[in-house]
Amino acid sequence: MTDQGTSGAQPKQSKPAAQTASDHWLVRPETIRRLWIVFIAILAATVLGDFFVEHHPHFGVDGTFGFGAWYGFASCVVLVLGAKALGLLLKRPDTYYDN
Amino acid sequence: MTTSLIIPPALILICAGLTLPLFALVRLRWLVLLASPLAALWIVLTLPDGIHLNGSFLGQTLVLVKIDALARVFASVFAIMAFAGGLFALNQKSTLELSAAFVYAGSAIGVAMAGDLITMFIYWEIMAIGSTLVILSSGRRGQGAGLRYAAIHMLGGVLLMAGVAGEIAATGSVAFTAMDLSTIPRMLIFAGFLVNVGAPPLSAWLADAYPEASWSGMVFLSAFTTKTAVYVLLRGFPGTEILIPIGLFMVFYGIIFAILENDMRRILAYSIVNQVGFMVTGIGIGTEMALNGAAAHAFTHIIYKALLLMSAGSVLYMTGKRKCTDLGGLFRTMPLTCAFGIVGALAISSFPATSGFISKSMISDAAGSEHLVIVWFALAAASAGVFLHAGIKFPWFVFFQKDSGLRPPEPPWNMLASMALMAFFCIGLGLYPKPLYDMLPYPVDFVPYTGAHVVYQLQLLLFSGLAFFLMLGLLKRTMTITLDVDWLWRRPGHALASFLDRFGVYTWEWFADAVVRGATGVRKALYQHHGPKGLFGRTWPTGTMAFWTTVTLGAVVILSYL
Repeated sequence: MTDQGTSGAQPKQSKPAAQTASDHWLVRPETIRRLWIVFIAILAATVLGDFFVEHHPHFGVDGTFGFGAWYGFASCVVLVLGAKALGLLLKRPDTYYDN
Repeated sequence: MTTSLIIPPALILICAGLTLPLFALVRLRWLVLLASPLAALWIVLTLPDGIHLNGSFLGQTLVLVKIDALARVFASVFAIMAFAGGLFALNQKSTLELSAAFVYAGSAIGVAMAGDLITMFIYWEIMAIGSTLVILSSGRRGQGAGLRYAAIHMLGGVLLMAGVAGEIAATGSVAFTAMDLSTIPRMLIFAGFLVNVGAPPLSAWLADAYPEASWSGMVFLSAFTTKTAVYVLLRGFPGTEILIPIGLFMVFYGIIFAILENDMRRILAYSIVNQVGFMVTGIGIGTEMALNGAAAHAFTHIIYKALLLMSAGSVLYMTGKRKCTDLGGLFRTMPLTCAFGIVGALAISSFPATSGFISKSMISDAAGSEHLVIVWFALAAASAGVFLHAGIKFPWFVFFQKDSGLRPPEPPWNMLASMALMAFFCIGLGLYPKPLYDMLPYPVDFVPYTGAHVVYQLQLLLFSGLAFFLMLGLLKRTMTITLDVDWLWRRPGHALASFLDRFGVYTWEWFADAVVRGATGVRKALYQHHGPKGLFGRTWPTGTMAFWTTVTLGAVVILSYL
């Protein structure tokens, strides 16, 4: 997970390694690692929050433990994969209409 | 109730737009841009409910200025938007764009305060002209997009005019009240409204045209066309069930195309369709809470979408770049623009404590209360998708992501000030929604901040965020566009038009050539026979004539004996 985040935030292979030390504190690997720790802690806290509030489900399944968490995550995975599949069919170079 | 003293707020902005080129002094021009929306806003907010100005046209009594709660929600946010847009665009050098934008904004207020179908239609068409000019004024790239935009809106205008004419002929009344889809004219009116709201199958006009406007032009464009369409649907077709699937289609279409998009402002254009989809769904559900939710969401959406587009517009203004692949790392030198963009992104995602949370949750809750199970689950999935495609994607790829090496400074003070104003509204309404709830057409019996609600929303959004960062590899931007329905008229349609053009020219040339050849032939033949040397033109000796006379007479005599 941390690897993913780090690689996502720092895809600058073209930059020399020395750059990272002098670069903005926010993009240093150490900061990004801490941000991930804080983020995961917050994620856990929102799920644990389900113990402290009383949900009023409309349909049943929306009252399951951590519903917002798993449903939100699953929806995004489906949407991204769906978009990628559609992209295979419909993506063109961005000069397509210029010709 | 009729008074003649009232100045229509719509006319204040339209006159400001039309006279703007006359003000040569820059400071005077600024005064017009800032004072006229505030004057319009003041009138909208202080005018009591009722009809304030009548007119007469073709034997019909027109209601030129009418206001009630619903009209006030839209007219006031349009005026706020004109002010913030004007402030943002003070540095815009194109007078045409600013003039057109103010005429456009004024006519949007005109639609919101129109009390009859004819007045509504007239303002509707002025809007189409104003918005087309805003797009065309951006230069070469805007030309083609502007013409395509104009063509689609002319089609919408024709549908609407046919519907309005039919409705008046059938009922004898010009009143603009709630309708059903029982007659053909009403279906045509409905279709005309749907074109402007960005409904399928023509949704592509929006993402095609808006991003081709200038850095300030798109801020204006994002606010008025689709939201006046939401307004007329709220007034004319509340509870029309077909709007639910149409709205849900728009919601997911917007998300999926935005996920694939590389142009930062086209991402936001698709997300307009997505957000308007929520409103259209709410109108289709049609309960008081759903209609309140649609109106409230239009109000908050105009503000946070303008904020997002101001943030993107500032980046475009300072860097000249619009593609995610060219941008990144701008938070270093544009921290305020980045922070304002993030506020807009949180608001569009309906984060608790932002304006989106207190409006969108009304629509979802209305679906839940009506036990519309598919609608509720679809809207929940879409709420997660909004955070993914706009809430994180826009700020991430523009301000963070990689270091693009660009180090642009912050934009001028007026652009920062307009972003600060919109960010203030986003957070202010999120924390204290009462002023907006009090404006809504129906009494609000809705508490957005319950523990369950906040926990659920945070789970939904933060785990969408987790999904985003885990799937970052899949979301990497590429130098691509995604074909949309506009492909139909930009490729096969264009090919057909050029074929017909060439075929027409060829046919005409062949026909013209044939006529010329025929005429030349006739002239030559006449010349040959009747010219100076022609058989019938030359002078003949008397003997020849006597000979032929004898031959003819002989023939007659012989024939008479047969």
